[in-house]
Amino acid sequence: MNNIAQGRAFVFGKNIDTDQIYPGCFVELTDVEDVRKHAMAGVDEDFVKKFKVGDIIVAGTNFGCGSSREHAAITLKGVGVGAVIAESFGRIFFRNAINLGVPVITCKGITAFVKAGDRVLVNIETGEIKNETTGNTAHAVPMSPYIMNILQSGGIKPMIKAQQEAKINAVL
Amino acid sequence: MHAIEKILAAKAGVDSVKSGEIVNCDIDVAGINDLYLQTVRSFYEMKGTKVFNPDKIIMFFDHYAPCATVMQADNHKHFRQFCAEQGIKKLMDINAGVCHQVMADIGWSYPGEIIIITDSHTTTHGAFGAFSTGVGATDLATIMITGKLWFMVPEIIRINLTGKLPQGVYAKDVILKIIGDLGADYAVYKAVEFAGPVLKELSISERMCICNMTTEMGAKACYIQPDEITKEFLKEKVTAKYKIYETDADFKYAEDLTYDVSNFEPQVAVPFSVDNVFDLSKYAGTKLNQAYLGSCTGGRTEDIAIAANILKGKQVHKDIRMILVPASRGVLAECIAKGYIQTLLEAGVTLTATGCAACLGIHQGLLAEGESCISSTNRNFPGRMGHKKGQIYLASPASVAASALHGVISDPRTEL
Ligand code: SF4
Repeated sequence: MNNIAQGRAFVFGKNIDTDQIYPGCFVELTDVEDVRKHAMAGVDEDFVKKFKVGDIIVAGTNFGCGSSREHAAITLKGVGVGAVIAESFGRIFFRNAINLGVPVITCKGITAFVKAGDRVLVNIETGEIKNETTGNTAHAVPMSPYIMNILQSGGIKPMIKAQQEAKINAVL
Repeated sequence: MHAIEKILAAKAGVDSVKSGEIVNCDIDVAGINDLYLQTVRSFYEMKGTKVFNPDKIIMFFDHYAPCATVMQADNHKHFRQFCAEQGIKKLMDINAGVCHQVMADIGWSYPGEIIIITDSHTTTHGAFGAFSTGVGATDLATIMITGKLWFMVPEIIRINLTGKLPQGVYAKDVILKIIGDLGADYAVYKAVEFAGPVLKELSISERMCICNMTTEMGAKACYIQPDEITKEFLKEKVTAKYKIYETDADFKYAEDLTYDVSNFEPQVAVPFSVDNVFDLSKYAGTKLNQAYLGSCTGGRTEDIAIAANILKGKQVHKDIRMILVPASRGVLAECIAKGYIQTLLEAGVTLTATGCAACLGIHQGLLAEGESCISSTNRNFPGRMGHKKGQIYLASPASVAASALHGVISDPRTEL
């Protein structure tokens, strides 16, 4: 994983729950190609049309609160989000995102610092954030080494998969 | 250390832990609900072959039960195949009910365990002195392969409940009031313990309701120190020897709050967030189209008994439909035996199959655009029970029943 994310900011308020990130009526879908089509549909039905790979989501407190559905993280990974920066995260969403290799960065005050459409550059490991539109900089909570390790493996899946393969190979 | 920390330490095989530390723990119960076929996919994507221990894995068919679409049926079919292949015997099929209630009914929730389910309201099992929390599909698949999961040891907030609950005010009102006061993000990443003299007045059913809803203040886990009420409840159900952990006297809580419940009133959380809470009287008279009694929050025997008591010999208002969803088969059987179901049917209530039903807007009682519902469930987000512009008012089972009687939001205290 690249430690740097850089893109346009899409800004949301606080308590954006998983139903807004991924409406419950689409939970039956399992294919990423289908799941990605409904990203953020509960708040902005045109989101997927406007969003480009690498763009960044900025939000207030408790982003991803609500249900444990992994679809919320899958859909954001599906649209190719560069990073999600929020004042705080719902904890299950936070775990799901890390497990899928989606960088989720906690930064107090981020919503005052970035406006919709600003260009943002963020160092995922150190938590340094630059608003390239205004020239301002901010500091997020640096990533714990344990979590950084998961992100750098591309998520928990490739990590466990490698362990499993090593185990299987050892038996063969 | 706190009892929660002691559980985490014991399951991680270390002497002590402190908040902020990441620990890798052995998992006692790994539950999967039927929304998460992704769990099975993730298991295979990560090259899983055999689950670590089929007896520690429980499959719950609750959200889709019984299936309303072909795709849901197809998901269940895949789950059944997976259970057969993996030797998972604890398949709680469509006749069982909502996972959290089934766990309690059977006696699978008890002190000192780590219980992980792919459901956000897994905080419920803190009512039994377990460490329990919800995770997503990939975390659960990780447990299925390795038997373990990582956790950040949470900071712990204690909420002391003092005073005496007035008549017509229930556990649901207490937790709504507190969430309204503290906010939906108050306890994010943290665990919440409930303590104080009021606990002695709260049954397991009410404790489950409170622990269940701490999810709506962002809590990672909830905890109530097991006591005589807990032991009495578990006596007939649990054969395993369990360990009750106690918090050290010198433990430092991140916050220590006290609420005197003596002046609490019936509460209502109004659209569209669970922390948008007011005294119910402020919204009394609001027109309703539906009253919903059910879920892992408010669909237990005690809840249904309260409603039956209010509606006995009366009729649900002609302009409202009331839907009853007993949380589990056990609850339904008990309510039939006690005559509550008969009473409610005679009052004009619609009984549906046990499970999650319309609580998350999948089936069995959805709202049309602009319709309003008073509900004993735990979420009132846009679209949670059907149309995005459906309005959900969260309240106690008593308030749901009183409102069903009048067709408008009504104070239950006048009906008792
Ligand atoms: S009853 Fe509602 S809150 Fe409880 S597990 Fe089912 S959908 Fe979730």
